[in-house]
Amino acid sequence: MSTTVRSTGRARYLVAAVCVIICTVMLMPLVMSVLASLKPTVESAASPPTYLPHAFSFDSYQRLWTYQEGLPAYLANSLGTALLAIAITLALTVPAAYALARFPIPGKEVIFVVLLMALIIPYQALLTPIFLMFAKLGLTNSLLGLAILHTAIQLPFSLYVLRNSFNAVPPELEEAAIVDGASSFQALRWVFIPSTVPAIVTVALFTFIMSWNEFLGALVLMSRGSMYTLPLVLASARTETSLGGTDWGMLQAGITISIVPCVLVYLLLQRYYVSGLMSGAVK
Amino acid sequence: MSTGRSRRPVDSPLKPLGEAVRRNRKSRLVGFAYLAPALLFVLAFTAYPLAQMVWVSFHNWSLISPPRFVGLANYTRAVEDTQFWVSFRFTLWYTALITPVLIVGGYLLALLTSQNSPLRRFTRTVIFTPVVIGLGVSSLFWYWLFSTDFGLVNRALLDLGLIDKPVLWLGVDADISNLAITTSVVWKVIGFGMILFVGAIQAIPADVTEAAQVDGASYRQRVARVILPLTMRTVLLVTLVSVIGSLLAVDQFYIMTAGQPRNETATSVFYVYLNSFPYLKLGYGAALSMILAVFILVFTIVQLLLSRRSHA
Repeated sequence: MSTTVRSTGRARYLVAAVCVIICTVMLMPLVMSVLASLKPTVESAASPPTYLPHAFSFDSYQRLWTYQEGLPAYLANSLGTALLAIAITLALTVPAAYALARFPIPGKEVIFVVLLMALIIPYQALLTPIFLMFAKLGLTNSLLGLAILHTAIQLPFSLYVLRNSFNAVPPELEEAAIVDGASSFQALRWVFIPSTVPAIVTVALFTFIMSWNEFLGALVLMSRGSMYTLPLVLASARTETSLGGTDWGMLQAGITISIVPCVLVYLLLQRYYVSGLMSGAVK
Repeated sequence: MSTGRSRRPVDSPLKPLGEAVRRNRKSRLVGFAYLAPALLFVLAFTAYPLAQMVWVSFHNWSLISPPRFVGLANYTRAVEDTQFWVSFRFTLWYTALITPVLIVGGYLLALLTSQNSPLRRFTRTVIFTPVVIGLGVSSLFWYWLFSTDFGLVNRALLDLGLIDKPVLWLGVDADISNLAITTSVVWKVIGFGMILFVGAIQAIPADVTEAAQVDGASYRQRVARVILPLTMRTVLLVTLVSVIGSLLAVDQFYIMTAGQPRNETATSVFYVYLNSFPYLKLGYGAALSMILAVFILVFTIVQLLLSRRSHA
């Protein structure tokens, strides 16, 4: 493409200027929010608000650290759920993708469609029956329960990405392993998994970001305050009124802490994220 | 979709037929063993809840008393429920408002940034970053930005002299709330369409656009006659994905307006949630979920057919 458009000098500056303006507009809310989390207590409650902090302090983070159950508890809930969801998703979809890509199973196409079923049914619609079932199984107010829900949401996409990737592994590699006497499990372990690392990373990354951010399912399943994930505790801190109303500074601190892992993971693994998105949206 | 047909099982052609058949049967069992956990999981946590939702939708159930069969009563009640229609209409209105902005805006951003210069790459990364942030969290900080007395939006508009007293953005007037929420969601998800459009634009063979250029087509003509037609399928696909997402919107409304004023900004999913959980009208909530799911299904099937074709 780059050779096709020989931009004239003026057009090039115009494009650059527009890019800079767009970047500023897009980054402004984020930067303002992060900066607001660093305002001292009094300033963060000021009305009208200050644009930039007049002084820096970690007061807001300190208040968040001890808010109700304390930040570490909520972080542990969010992180625990996300890691469990990643583990369950991979434990289910890696073998399943292997089976779908390499084994002669009767009715395989039908099974694949059944497995992708959740793509057609929005999980938001299934929350009522899932809640009833989990209540019976003791999976409400449980990280495992929420991780199972997140796995159910993420499974079709993961399976789809992994199956395509397993399909693309050259049969020669596998044949060589089998000739050397490898069992099917050894072939999976030593041939397929090493050659599908990018897809596995993509799946883990998407599961992490979905689980870390997911709101409605957590709202339905977690009714006990001590089991709240980060988004839930922040949403409840928004409405809770202390003496001076909403504690904006603490809210900003929580928002910053929720955003940082997602953005970091995305920037580090951007390649996997974008390729996953391409194959996922065209599911 | 790429081929789902199995590759040939890995039998050496030199082996006697009997052994190949035996191995094949064995590998069927082995294959099924690899598949079974995922299959059981989907049956337990997607298929079974779906079946139960259908069953519950024909009953009245509040968890306190046992379920009572009521036939289609929940569905007829939905048709007569004014609030259900208010929510449904509001959701459609929100979808109608945001979709063109996301698609046209996303496409323009893709045209701007599709070439791989460092600045454009950087711009792409910046525009895409909000996509990875949670909708709940982004709604929370927009809730702060739009807050009447503590928000920077009012502060900035006052300083610029565009307004002379603080605007009550959220939860007071349905249309103003909708505008504020739409702004926040556009910020959050516009990069999603953009990145897919960039992918589609970059996939156009260079000689096609070069040929158009040699023929003297202006940039605008090339976009209208070459680039847009060749990426039309992606545009349709992203439109569908985005429409489905908007029809299922809930987090942003739950957080930014809590459905206020008078549940005028309660979206369909929000209304389902209200009935099922705080009100514990499980049967009615299930019936509403069913109506919503069927409505969404139509869009999803079109989307799947479209993407199946795009892989063919």
